[in-house]
Amino acid sequence: MVAHLLRLKLTLLRNSLKRSTWALIGVILGGLYGLGMLGLLIVGLVFLGSADSTVIRNVLVIGGSVVVLGWIVVPMVSSGIDMTLDPARFVTFAVPMRQLIIGLALGAVIGIPGIVTLLASLAQVGTWIRFPAAAVAALICAVFAVLLCVVASRLATTAVISLTSSRRFKDVSSMVILVPLILVGPIIAGVATGFEQSPGFANELAAILGWTPLGVFWAVPADVADGAYLTAALRFVLGVGVLALLAWLWQLNLARALVTPAYNAVTRKGAGNLGFFGRFPATPTGAVAARALTYWARDPRYLGSIVIVPLVPLLMLFFAAQSGDYTLLNFVGPIIAFLLAWSISADISYDNTAFWLHLSTGVSGRADRAGRALAVAVISAPAVLVFTIAPLWISGSLEDLPMMLGLSIGVLLTGIGFSSVVSARYTYNVPLPGESPLKTPPGTGFSMFAVQMIGWLVLLVLVIPELGLAIAYLVTGNSAFGWLTLLVGCVLGTVLLLVGLKVGGQWYDRRAPEQLQAVSVNK
Amino acid sequence: MSSPTLPLSPDDAGGSSVPDSPALVIRGLAKRFGEKIAVNGVDLDVPAGSFYGLVGPNGAGKTTTLSMATGLLRPDHGQAWVHGVDVWEHPLEAKKLMGILPDGVRLFDRLTGEQLVTYAGLLRGMDRDTVAERVADLLRALDLTNDAGTLVVDYSAGMTKKIALASSLIHAPSLLVLDEPFESVDPVSAANIRDILASYVGSGGTVIVSSHVMDLVQRMCDHVAVIAAGTVLAAGTVDEVRGESSLEDRFVELVGGRNTAEGLTWLRTS
Repeated sequence: MVAHLLRLKLTLLRNSLKRSTWALIGVILGGLYGLGMLGLLIVGLVFLGSADSTVIRNVLVIGGSVVVLGWIVVPMVSSGIDMTLDPARFVTFAVPMRQLIIGLALGAVIGIPGIVTLLASLAQVGTWIRFPAAAVAALICAVFAVLLCVVASRLATTAVISLTSSRRFKDVSSMVILVPLILVGPIIAGVATGFEQSPGFANELAAILGWTPLGVFWAVPADVADGAYLTAALRFVLGVGVLALLAWLWQLNLARALVTPAYNAVTRKGAGNLGFFGRFPATPTGAVAARALTYWARDPRYLGSIVIVPLVPLLMLFFAAQSGDYTLLNFVGPIIAFLLAWSISADISYDNTAFWLHLSTGVSGRADRAGRALAVAVISAPAVLVFTIAPLWISGSLEDLPMMLGLSIGVLLTGIGFSSVVSARYTYNVPLPGESPLKTPPGTGFSMFAVQMIGWLVLLVLVIPELGLAIAYLVTGNSAFGWLTLLVGCVLGTVLLLVGLKVGGQWYDRRAPEQLQAVSVNK
Repeated sequence: MSSPTLPLSPDDAGGSSVPDSPALVIRGLAKRFGEKIAVNGVDLDVPAGSFYGLVGPNGAGKTTTLSMATGLLRPDHGQAWVHGVDVWEHPLEAKKLMGILPDGVRLFDRLTGEQLVTYAGLLRGMDRDTVAERVADLLRALDLTNDAGTLVVDYSAGMTKKIALASSLIHAPSLLVLDEPFESVDPVSAANIRDILASYVGSGGTVIVSSHVMDLVQRMCDHVAVIAAGTVLAAGTVDEVRGESSLEDRFVELVGGRNTAEGLTWLRTS
């Protein structure tokens, strides 16, 4: 039975490669890249052996702990994780528990992450080759450490299986993971400076991690190399104890998961709360705006755009701190205006086939375009104002406000108008409703790239008047140019917004059935 | 258990102004997807006030035909008229007369059920009070009042079907086009929906349903068309089409493909 499970996993792996030649080539290239990185890692680990034993201990314990943590955390936040041996799929088969556990655990090692972890862990033996006793300990501990990774990871997946079937948890987790992903650069830089500034930091961290389940197996060879055999034995027993405890918990959880089908807990709510529909005018335009705004508040794919907004200045602050030049930070307003305005350029693609409701109710192109534009305006106007004024106020250069405000307003209005045209004419594959905003849908490729790049270029051309005046102001320092930027931003922006709504509306009226057909391909 | 009845009848602006024109006329509709001809020249006449069933095997072109007739999918050839209004020449007027329940499409499912039906009404330009009143009636008739504030994404398949049906009824259309309306709907709700549709037809409305449940069509509909491989094999009143046999036998006879060979002998438990 264990052999069956392993063969199933191998077959699934092989079939996933056979789906298309191009996918196979992609996997081979990716695999070569991965192999190269793994090779570098192994070489690095072997060379690490010539370093001081404290350094070896710190690197291995901290690095190893990160790996174990990754195995636990990644499956919990990522919905795209490998669930080919999801226990829920074995519910209808009568597989004995002991064999299921062993099969699932070994099956989890087969697969790219498992094999990479195993090989990298075994490379530790090379690191400790100068100390034969430690090398033997490293060999044994490497196997146990990988087992710990797998069991902890499986326990985490089984434990959250009831959670992941809940839509709310999926929504929230796909949002939460955006934050560290966007800030990954600053976080790594921050940790690096932490190490640089206090040399004792790594020692302390490794000492603490060495007594936690995360680092226990990685610290044993170091103890052996130092001759602290008692500590080594103690750690090893602790590690095996933790492994046994986790395996027992996993078995309990699995036994329960097998008899408890996934269930999406929903609280039933009665009528009476129309939300935005009660606050917007009872016209087709108002209804479209209310619907779009509800989606901005509830759909992770739209919420993602909002979450990014406060992170943009943070990122820029980080880069400004590195270069020491803070003037770019003043331009955060126009950048946010651009991001938010462009975010509705794929609105119909985001609707997916739900768009049929607009088509079947015969809503006019003008109402559809205007409603969507109104919703994004309600969201973006306050955000753009705040992020335009605040940096200037903080940096004490409020005299630049007319120019900057003109630029922000011009980019926002022009961008919304232009997006209204783009989304009425072009569709491309986006994450489907209910999917994580991070998911890259199949078939995303050249068309999306082309629409985005050309779109950004056109938008840049459309705001040339504002840009020119802003540059003139910055070069000459003549405040008349600043006020002129504001005037042109408001007037030209409004004109382009109205033109965009009109043209987009006409395109919509002519092509709405084709748009519905185009988005229904992506499902 | 008494089934709720909905005071639903077509608005005066709808079919009754042109009482004699057929509810739906289709002439030579055709659609090709790549190499595959999905619909190959379909003609249909749906009389006003009829309960019309559209039956056919999976992949016969029912959904494609209905999408083209209701203005959701542009046909390669052919025309469709709703109460004399050309669907593709005057789409906005035609869509005012129709209520549509498509199959296999998403809904704006991050709205609550109540919001979704309200949205459908407001999109059609109805005023707030009428919408609110009809939404409450529809939710009650379809037994969704207790879940009105739940997001549609959290609805079961049957509830989703019902809320989509409510969205298609909100403007009291004179022609209802329902693609697989009873799929995954529980028997009690299905009976309620049948009552609503029957009283709607009784008051002068026209209903077109597609289904592959023959028994249901035979009991519910007065007219039927059999579609297979993108063409109409038979059309008319149910009695005309089925003749002496049951609709199911007649359908199998028309469409063919019954597998009568003996097989799966090992499956017999005795």
